[in-house]
Amino acid sequence: MCDTCGCNITHGNEGLIKPGGKLQKTQSGREAVTVLHSLLHENDHTARHNRDHFDQHGVLAVNLMSSPGSGKTALLEATIQQLDPTLKIAVIEGDLETENDAERIRKHGVKAIQIATGSACHLDAHMIHQALHNLDLTEFDIVFIENVGNLVCPASFDLGQHQNIALLSVPEGDDKPAKYPVMFRTADLVMISKSDLLPYLDDFKPENARRYLRDIASTAPVIEISSKDNTGMSEWLEWITQQVTERRHYLRRQPANASHSHQSHSHD
Amino acid sequence: MHELSVCQSLIRQVEHIAAERQAQSVSSITLSIGALSGVEPELLKNAYSIASAGTIAEHAQLIMQHSPIRVRCSQCGSESDALANKMVCQACGDWRTTLISGDELLLMSVELETTEPSPGEMMH
Repeated sequence: MCDTCGCNITHGNEGLIKPGGKLQKTQSGREAVTVLHSLLHENDHTARHNRDHFDQHGVLAVNLMSSPGSGKTALLEATIQQLDPTLKIAVIEGDLETENDAERIRKHGVKAIQIATGSACHLDAHMIHQALHNLDLTEFDIVFIENVGNLVCPASFDLGQHQNIALLSVPEGDDKPAKYPVMFRTADLVMISKSDLLPYLDDFKPENARRYLRDIASTAPVIEISSKDNTGMSEWLEWITQQVTERRHYLRRQPANASHSHQSHSHD
Repeated sequence: MHELSVCQSLIRQVEHIAAERQAQSVSSITLSIGALSGVEPELLKNAYSIASAGTIAEHAQLIMQHSPIRVRCSQCGSESDALANKMVCQACGDWRTTLISGDELLLMSVELETTEPSPGEMMH
């Protein structure tokens, strides 16, 4: 929903602002101010700024979200090794503590920035904005943002990404989309990771995971993937390459936003 | 628990509005929160008392309006109520629905204590 044209008014809240609605009444000496802004207005503003920044350089930004230990970093390592080398990758890693994940990525010769969030359970747009100050986007085609391992909080914060990916690893159970609908609803692609474990953990039925995703009206494609035995890797690499191409086509059709590839970083 | 971050952002917005209108204090804040917003109203209430301490909004009443989940079916066009993890059309059972309400996380309005007319009123 946008918060500039009034389309924040939905079936759920329109009664409040109609004549005679609760928000129309006020006592003397008091002033009622109708706002209709997202509670995360500041974050959303910075997220839009980040997205503009990515777009000015034709960079695809991808936000990876999942539980801790579901294989996000392993997927990125396998991707670095197998993706078309003409597509240059950078990685922004979010964890509460340690540089461990960034170091794993750097071992493959790829630029990685670690954000240690301290006690924060999610990345926000301001953290990504800070990280972008240390990243020369002219050098890259894709920036992967590995969010803090958490199936709840990261879903609420727009970072300025173009695509959201949710990983659901086989040991977690196939009903996670039903338990964490807010997170899985945001996903543009769902990956059932550690699929090499399916023969051993046979209570995980990929068809059940798919059914739970349909129940939350998700149209996201689902890829079963294992960075260990390479299942699904070619499908995933095809998907991500397609996203880079589609984004560039989109930007070419939007000259006002896109053609300033050497425009300096500006703040409004 | 990201509700504290959400509340801190809310307080900054409210402080900005109150300063703009030269308000003495904030008497109430009305939010609209959907079940698919990713925010728990109870946790938000607790976080609010922490985030608002020492600010102009410290004594404001926090009013949270629950926004129901409603979907529109892309196949039969019906609108129906839905659950967070069951968003299929209640009329025809199809899963291809669009959310029309229920993911709101909105600051609807702020009620301010203004003993003197605000600049906006003086212009009239």
